[in-house]
Parts: sequence; C-alpha cells; structure tokens
Amino acid sequence: MAAVRSMNKMYGVCFHVVRQTAGLKVSRLLQHRAFRVGAVQRQQPFDSTLEKPQFPGASADFVDQLDFIQPNVISGIPVYRVMDRQGNIINPSQDPQLSKETVLNFYQKMTLLNTMDRILYESQRQGRISFYMTNYGEEGTHIGSAAALDPNDIVFGQYREAGVLMYRGFPLDLFMAQCYANADDLGKGRQMPVHYGSKDLNFVTISSPLATQIPQAAGAAYALKRENMNRAVICYFGEGAASEGDAHAGFNFSATLECPLIFFCRNNGYAISTPTNEQYRGDGIAARGPGYGMLSIRVDGNDVFAVYNATKEARRRAVAENQPFLIEAMTYRIGHHSTSDDSSAYRSVDEVNYWDKQDHPISRLRHYMTTRGWWSEDDERSWRKQSRKTVMEAFERAEKRLKPNVELMFTDVYQEMTPGLNKQRESMWRHVQQYKEHYPLDLYDK
Amino acid sequence: MRPTQKMNLFQSVTSALDNTLASDPTAVIFGEDVAFGGVFRCTVGLRDKYGKDRVFNTPLCEQGIVGFGIGAAVAGATAIAEIQFADYIYPAFDQIVNEAAKYRYRSGNLFDCGNLTIRAPWGCVGHGSLYHSQSPEAFFAHCPGIKVVIPRSPVQAKGLLLACIADQNPCIFFEPKILYRAAVEQVPVEPYTIPLSQAEILQEGSDVTLVAWGTQIHVMREVANMAQEKLGVSCELIDLQTILPWDTETVCKSVVKTGRLLISHEAPITGGFAAEISSTVQEECFLNLEAPISRVCGYDTPFPHIFEPFYIPDKWKCFEAIKKMINY
Repeated sequence: MAAVRSMNKMYGVCFHVVRQTAGLKVSRLLQHRAFRVGAVQRQQPFDSTLEKPQFPGASADFVDQLDFIQPNVISGIPVYRVMDRQGNIINPSQDPQLSKETVLNFYQKMTLLNTMDRILYESQRQGRISFYMTNYGEEGTHIGSAAALDPNDIVFGQYREAGVLMYRGFPLDLFMAQCYANADDLGKGRQMPVHYGSKDLNFVTISSPLATQIPQAAGAAYALKRENMNRAVICYFGEGAASEGDAHAGFNFSATLECPLIFFCRNNGYAISTPTNEQYRGDGIAARGPGYGMLSIRVDGNDVFAVYNATKEARRRAVAENQPFLIEAMTYRIGHHSTSDDSSAYRSVDEVNYWDKQDHPISRLRHYMTTRGWWSEDDERSWRKQSRKTVMEAFERAEKRLKPNVELMFTDVYQEMTPGLNKQRESMWRHVQQYKEHYPLDLYDK
Repeated sequence: MRPTQKMNLFQSVTSALDNTLASDPTAVIFGEDVAFGGVFRCTVGLRDKYGKDRVFNTPLCEQGIVGFGIGAAVAGATAIAEIQFADYIYPAFDQIVNEAAKYRYRSGNLFDCGNLTIRAPWGCVGHGSLYHSQSPEAFFAHCPGIKVVIPRSPVQAKGLLLACIADQNPCIFFEPKILYRAAVEQVPVEPYTIPLSQAEILQEGSDVTLVAWGTQIHVMREVANMAQEKLGVSCELIDLQTILPWDTETVCKSVVKTGRLLISHEAPITGGFAAEISSTVQEECFLNLEAPISRVCGYDTPFPHIFEPFYIPDKWKCFEAIKKMINY
C-alpha cells in the first residue's frame, strides 16, 4: 500500500503541479525529488539499528505489501505547448515574445527548408541525385531548438535535422553540393546525400549508423564542461534510434558523468514503417529519462515556441548545473522515410493529410504572425516566389559543377598518407589511364 | 643518459599516462574501475594526483566508453579509454569501425577523433580461458582509419603508448597482460615515443625471418636460440609492433634476404593477421621464397581453459616449423 501510495504521490504531485502552473515548473519540482545534485552520492554510515534500508544501491523505505509499480502509459507525461493547433497562444505567460524579425526568420527558415526539400526530392526522382530525405512536418523541431542554442554549442544529429543547419546559416549552395557530391562539397563527395556537416557552424557531420552520436554527444559535453567556456551540446535522434543500445549508453553516461547536454528526441510516429507501438511499450522516450536520473519533458514538436522555450531553459540549466536534459518533441513525419520508401504501403493517406492540414508547424506559426499583422498574403506570395528562385538558382549551379578530384578517394583515411595507400593510389591511376574509356573521368575535377 | 627507473609493464603504462596528464591539460582517462587504479593497476595514483575530473570511472558499458571517448576527442580533449579486457571490446566494435575509423574521411577532414586512444589488456595469461585471453587484432586490422599497436616490453609499451596518444588518428593499444608483472626493464622516466608503423629487427640473421608481436616475441627469441644451437640456423627476428598500418617494407626486405618466413601469433590461424602478412609477402617476394610461408598460431577453437598448454603456439611448435622449412 505504501509503495503504491508513494508512487501515486510521485505522479500525482507531478500532475497537480502541471495543472497548477504549467510547463517549466514541473521540472523544478522533479528536481527536488532527484537524488543527485552536483557531486557524487554521499556515503551514509551504515547503521543496522535503523529500520531503514542500508543498501548502497538505492535509498528508499521498506514496505511489507507486495505491489508492482504500474507503468503509466494511459495518461503519461503531458505534452507542453504554447499555441493551439491553429496557432493561438493559450497561456500568454508562455509566449516567448520574440521580436517580429526573429519570428519572421523562423518562418522563412522553415519554409525555405520545405522548398529545398521539394526541389531536392524531385531531383532524386529525376535521377539527378542518388538519394534524399525530406523534413516535412518536423520543421518546428529544428528551428525552435536551433534558435534556443548558442552558435558555439555543438550539434550531433541523426539525419532529419537539416533545419538546424539551415537556421545556423549553412548556405543553399553547400546543402546542394553535399547532395550532388560535387567539388564544392565540404565532405569531399564521400557520403550519401543529406549527410551534412559544418565545422564553422559546430554541426558534426552526420553518419548513417543510428544512435552512435548519443554517447559521443556525452563525451563532447564532458570535454566542453572541462573547458568551461559556456558551451553545451545538443544531440538529436528519433524515437526509433532511441531503442539502440548506444542510446542507453549515452543517457547513462551523461547523467553519471554530469554532462551539459540536451537530448532532443524527435518522436515522429514512425521508424521507416515501424510505428511507435512496435518500437516501445512504455510511455515514449521522455518516461525513460527519470530512470537515468535525468530531467525530462515532453513537448508539442509542431509548436515552435514550445520547442524554443523548453530548449532554452534546458540549455540554461544544463550549462549552469552540469546535468543532461531530455526533451521528447512529439511530431509527425509527413513525408516518406526517404526516396527509397513509399509510405502508402504502411499508412493511410488520410492519416498523413490530417497532419499536413490540421497540425503543421509552418501553418501554426503563420497564423501567429498574421494575427499580429506581421505577414500578409502578399508577403506569402512574394516570399514563396523568392525562396523558390534562390533554391532553383543554387540547384542549377550545383548541377553544373564537376565532381571532386578522384585523388580525394585516398586522402583523410588517416591524417597522413600512408605508404600502402600511396601505392594503391598510384595503381588506381595507372589502371584508369590504361582503361580510361571505361571510367567517367570527364565528370570529375582534375 | 636519460634517467631510468625499474618498471614492470603496468608501471610503464602508468608512467606514460602520468607524463600525458602532466603535459596535456585536456587529457582524461576513463573506463571501468580506473579510478581506484584499475584491475591491472595501470592507473594507480593518477586520480589522486590529477583529480577526479580527469581520471574517472564510467558505467559498465564498452559501447558507451568508446562512444564517449570519440565524442570527447571530437570536442578537442585527449581521450584515453580503457577496455577492461580485449575480450570485451566487441560491444564497441560499431563505434570503433563505423565511427572512429571513418570520422575524418566521411567528414572531408572537418572532424576527426585523432585524439582518441583505446587501451586493453590482451593475450593469454595461463588460465584466462575464452574471455580473458583473446588477441583480437585481426578483427581491427581489416579496418582502414584506425591504428593497432602491440608492445613486447615495458620500454616499448611506454614509447608506443605515448606515440599512440600523440598520433592524430584513433589508436587501439593492446597490452600483453601476462607481461604486466613478468616483464621488468629500466624505463626512462621522462616521456619518449617509438615510431608507429615501423617494425623492429631485434636480431639479424640469414636463413629464416621470424615475425611476431607482443608476448610471442619472447617465445620467438628462444626459438631463434634453439634453431641456432640445434640446427645451426640463423634467424632474423622482427617485432611488427604496429599491426595496422604494418611495415611491409621491413618484412619483405628481410624475406628477400633469407627466403623463409615464419609468422606466429596466439590468435586462431584462420583469418589471423599472419594470413595478411603471408599474402603480401608471397606477392612481393615470390621468387625469393625457398619454402612456403609458415604460420604457427592458435587452433581454430575458442581459447580453452585447461587445454591452454596444448593450444598456444609454443617454442616446440615454432621450432618444428623451422625444421620443416629448412628441409623443404
């Protein structure tokens, strides 16, 4: 009885507080409950005269009633939001009251991303690039979180965070160069499309294996903590990748080693064709946070202000208190997983249309802007025209550019060229010279 | 004359780590149980000397240890990760092969984890059985982008470990655990490095080239003496030291001279690193060979417990292999 009561009390207090105050204050309450702040757990001296458990592994009370703790999936962790589905502010105290210029920039970045996605998806269909992944429906998670960070914060992504890079100022030409793997690609043409990276913008190059970035983010955050230069790390991943062992490793390490880090889970309902009810049975990803001793929140990922507020507060506290935060941004993947996927094979057009028409981060923000007289139909028309034009111009430039010099196949394996690789390189060129009519040399830079 | 101190192999490792923590403020050492000094005492005294933010325990999770190490290195720290036994490195295989090894190449040199060094106790120890005796170098030899290094003695261990730490590529440093206490030398107290990817000729000879690394070098030294005394055969003994990228030039030059090659390692023979050496040498030195290249290695079984004396490539097996090559 006592166990159930105390568990109910824990969840009950949470909900009580949520009803009373909303959003961010929940995390403060959860913190009082947390059994770590700052340093290592203090070892209490063992005293068997006390009827309190003395186990080093947990501090709790004894109970003499057999009860299993119920996982709370029916009414799980609530979803923090600032705007309703139309884009009206619900609780004015939660409106971050960003400037018109900032909000317009949010909108323009989200729509520019959307435009770039449409054009590059189409270009794959036409055989111009080999592969592409769109970000449809998740633009709010990218822009809201990116805007809440400092430009010197390091970003570790999965593959559906192009809006973060766009927000930071990565030019269209470089997005295109990577997708086309042309000679301007910072990655030197080595990876499939959408595997972007930028040292200047502190966006670590994307890699295909899922969740590998999660423990890496913990290590990077630890190094930044020691540097003590007010920098944080954010680590993006999907709800599917959260099933990987690396996710468990990363969460546990970041909590035990006290790292200034934000874990940002984009829960978009699908991992390719696998829906969430086949991915997990608990209350999503946010509910795992407390298991690691981590402060956690669930937000409406299609509400750019909710994402912004949560990320901003998490970032502030992660750096001030040297502890990780878990944000689960609920959203919906409107597009296919990639150009290699046709999602009509596993979900209905009606389901996709609901999200596209009734709960979209771009339209919700537009409503917020139009309500304030910040954006008109004319603005929309001319912006659409202008953004399409700039994307098409970048596209045409990327199309014409040669591919990187084939020499670059052999460099950067190690920092230095090795004798073995040198021999292979020379052997390759001799072969290609001899059989040159069979190799597409003209497409490559000399 | 550099000042030296009598050190065994684990003490020479501690010395290298001590030098590193002293000179590089970004250096951190982490892994299971490193805080109290480590299960093989390689990190004794370092936490007290340099602080708990620099020498610390991690949770029990090899994929986390290596992933964390990669991230720390990417962010600019000198990250020295300890895996408690090489036998337990496999959960980290994805992080090592798919991430660490490819970080620089895939990013077009925007990012790298060259500051990462992974250390792990390696090789047979008399009673280690399946999971405390493994020599996994062959798995990693197949992975462009990392370096794999194995010392034979305390002096080599300190110099090669410091070279790995300084090297701007992710390195795996396997430490022969049977030598931790057993091998004792006068080791320079100050830091020094021994070049990577350079095999060392320990003893010159004219009839047979012997190639090995780690503990097996000591076996081969005895074999060379036996061959000289009993067969009048002069052996050239080479310590490969770096498995990847390996020094093909030194080995091939030696085989051109002697015409015979014996490679020996504890790891199972099929797909073991001797196969790579053998393949390259026959390509480069085919017409110089007087006999087929000989490999004396572990059998293709998991490393057994009670049968260890029969499993290992001991001096009698190596001696017999030399006899066969000479009489071919």
